[in-house]
Amino acid sequence: MTPLTGTAADWIWLAILLPFAGFLVNGAVAFLRPQSKRLVSAVGVGAVAAAFAVGVAVFVAVLRAHPAEPYVRTLWSWIPVGDLQVDAALQVDQLSVVMLLVVTGVSSLIHVFSIGYMQDDPGYARYFAYLNLFVAFMLVLVLGASYPVMFIGWEGVGLCSYLLIGFWFEEKEKADAGFKAFLVNRIGDFGFLVAMFLIFTHLGSLDFREVFARAPQTLLPGGGTVTAIALFLFMGCVGKSAQIPLYVWLPDAMAGPTPVSALIHAATMVTAGVYLVARSNILFAMSPVACAVVAGVGALTALFAATIGLKQWDIKKVLAYSTVSQLGYMFVGVGAGAYAAGVFHLITHAFFKALLFLGAGSVIHVMHRAYHHTHSHADAQDMRNMGGLAAYLPWTSRVMWVATLAIAGIPPLAGFFSKDEILGAAFARGAADPFYYVVWAFGLVGAFLTAFYMARLMLYTFHGPNRTGDLARPHLAEAPWVMTGPLVVLAVLTVLGGLLNLPHVETLQRWLEPLTERSAALLPALAPATGVEIALMALAALIGVGGIWLATRMLKPEALQTPERAPQETGFAKLLLEKYRVDELYAAVIVRPLVWFSRVVLWKGVDAGAIDTAGVNGSAALARGLGWIGSRLESGQVGTYVVFFVIGAIAVLAALLR
Amino acid sequence: MLLGPSLAVSAILFSLGVVGVLLRRNAIVIFMCIELMLNAVNLTFVALSQQIGLDGQVFVFFVMTVAAAEAAVGLAIVIAVYRHRDTVNLQRINLLRG
Amino acid sequence: MTVTVIAFWAFAGVAIASAFLCITRRSPVASALWLVNTLFCLAALYVLLDAHFIAAAQVLVYAGAIMVLFLFVIMLLNLGHTDTDMKGPWGRVVAGVAGLVLLTELIALRLAGPPGDLTLPAGTMAGMVAERGAVRAVAQPLFQGYLVPFEITSLLLLAAIVGAVVLAKRRL
Repeated sequence: MTPLTGTAADWIWLAILLPFAGFLVNGAVAFLRPQSKRLVSAVGVGAVAAAFAVGVAVFVAVLRAHPAEPYVRTLWSWIPVGDLQVDAALQVDQLSVVMLLVVTGVSSLIHVFSIGYMQDDPGYARYFAYLNLFVAFMLVLVLGASYPVMFIGWEGVGLCSYLLIGFWFEEKEKADAGFKAFLVNRIGDFGFLVAMFLIFTHLGSLDFREVFARAPQTLLPGGGTVTAIALFLFMGCVGKSAQIPLYVWLPDAMAGPTPVSALIHAATMVTAGVYLVARSNILFAMSPVACAVVAGVGALTALFAATIGLKQWDIKKVLAYSTVSQLGYMFVGVGAGAYAAGVFHLITHAFFKALLFLGAGSVIHVMHRAYHHTHSHADAQDMRNMGGLAAYLPWTSRVMWVATLAIAGIPPLAGFFSKDEILGAAFARGAADPFYYVVWAFGLVGAFLTAFYMARLMLYTFHGPNRTGDLARPHLAEAPWVMTGPLVVLAVLTVLGGLLNLPHVETLQRWLEPLTERSAALLPALAPATGVEIALMALAALIGVGGIWLATRMLKPEALQTPERAPQETGFAKLLLEKYRVDELYAAVIVRPLVWFSRVVLWKGVDAGAIDTAGVNGSAALARGLGWIGSRLESGQVGTYVVFFVIGAIAVLAALLR
Repeated sequence: MLLGPSLAVSAILFSLGVVGVLLRRNAIVIFMCIELMLNAVNLTFVALSQQIGLDGQVFVFFVMTVAAAEAAVGLAIVIAVYRHRDTVNLQRINLLRG
Repeated sequence: MTVTVIAFWAFAGVAIASAFLCITRRSPVASALWLVNTLFCLAALYVLLDAHFIAAAQVLVYAGAIMVLFLFVIMLLNLGHTDTDMKGPWGRVVAGVAGLVLLTELIALRLAGPPGDLTLPAGTMAGMVAERGAVRAVAQPLFQGYLVPFEITSLLLLAAIVGAVVLAKRRL
């Protein structure tokens, strides 16, 4: 009898059922009456808002009960096979309820935004159906009480990501982007599956409660098994959360509608990897090697993606690489053992990145409308076609500046506190393991570049002269309130978000303590001296300000030309613009040989050759041959029959002789 | 006393009969070789009847009767076939081909 | 080396030689005549084996009736000797091999004599023939023990007669 039995926590499954029901209704509408936009909007937004309400109720229950152990609400027995007992069960604890609130809260705002954004799209009902399905799966992911249930959610969000990225599948590029996302994710999922196999083999269970209880006793800390498990889990994270080397799908995913990018590829799905590490913190804490790998990959990705973001012209691509970079920071946090810091950055990032994407969505929406009126085919997403939009979209411009300051790490906005905590944890861990100093340095440089490229984005989009063209300019106007409203709400959250985990107050860290205390015991203490702390904070703030300042000094929006007239990039800038040609490298080294192998060896060789020709046709030919031999026996020639007769008689006599 | 040699002779005659059946194509000659085989068997029966009893000779009696009947009917068939196919060469009589 | 043995081997040798010639002659008439010769020699062997009645029957029925029938048919069909009457080289090889194998097996089988408890004491047959007469020696078991097969054989012969007549008719 845990403290949460009989409270709202028993109804946790409603949070999943409601969006799923929304998917069914909207899906039916999409088939039967696609024009009824009012119904679809009501159901779509209502389902997610109701799930948010459930989340709040459960949160209040957890707040009152302060459980030391997670509460598992078992729904039914799913896989009872011999030693493997997996139930369809949901887990209510401090971490999952926080994720629940973030997912449903941000989703609700984005659903509202979508009403305006997708207004003119014929696939309106289908869009909301997919979006609701996504929320349902994401909640399965964060609320699952065991690895298999989480994996269902994991795969489900991958599916919805595919459906939504390729939403406008009539254009081949967009359909390909969806396919690429799914395929690259699959590579990571393989790692997740192997990790699950290892966990089951060595620990005998896949439920979180049992795995985390048995692991410290059964497995050798720092040993090969736990390191392997952690690394394979991280492989799944690398795919889902777009780290090096599997990040290539995220920039392409920008082919989907912008609210999708905001929800899935900024606030929720991509954070699933961070959640996985935070959830499995015991396993990671037991393996210093895995921690170092996580932090190292995170730091490298943070820096790498930030450099690419410096030279992108498509507004969404800049934000995409920014997301990849910020995810890297989250992994630095959880890799360094500061699980609360990583989750903190996850939450604040959800706020300001969703805000940035939705703001970009507003901009694109307005640009589209303007170009639509003038029948122009210019790219509505290219920053070189924008400029000076602050005059036309005042609210959007203001909130996006809030988000930019947050992501650059300017106090007292949310991003400052979360990023600073992560870098502080890395620095502190460096005292025990100098590798983390390198991680910290990478993170610092990445922070500088983040401030720079975000300021660049703002300057080119909202300031300087307008390059949209004289024909289209009169049509530029602020987006409708259904779209601007959620932006404002997110801006407020961005400003206030820092309160979640102020230094020395550390609300969130204490909140998550029941889940992280055991791993904290295994890791070196992360308490730097106060003086060092303040110095680091000041450094972080300085970097943020410095980056923005440098951008305003160096970049000249007036010198920009529209894409048709822009000069070709050269040298290192060209390399950045072409994102280090990583996609081309993958295509040449991995994709082409694989396709060749499949076509020549597996298809022509094995399938057509061995199986079809030798196997199927061959056995037919053999049967025909044997039949031909048999037919020769029935020649009608009595002489032949007599010969066989005599042979038979001889054989019988021989048998008699034995 | 004469048993062993008789059986040997019978074996040789029987084998010669088989060779003849396998060797020839003329239906009537094949028939004659079959009669040769039957006679070899008769010799065996008679030789063994010296040792075992008169039953052997009685059996030979029946074998001869049946051989006669068989020869009559068989040759009638040969005549009938000859009328249709104008040959007794077994290679040409292959309408029973499967 | 009694007279019996010499006579036996003499007749046996002629029988075998005639049989060989029978199967190798190209002319069907020649084959038939050599077969007649073989049958005669066999009859002589039967006499030497104390089966006098069977020897007589052999001459009368086999050599006298059946072979005459054969010759009649051969001459009725007016068969000459054609070259395609014997099988080709492969056929001859098969025939020869089969014959040799069969001969070997038969010799091997016949080397085992009849079991001892079935064997009558030597000279019983000759004694019986001398005591009852050749015909009576065979007739007694025939009409006493084997009466039913005897009667059935008569039916068989009837069937054979009817069959032969019907099959050889030009028009039914």
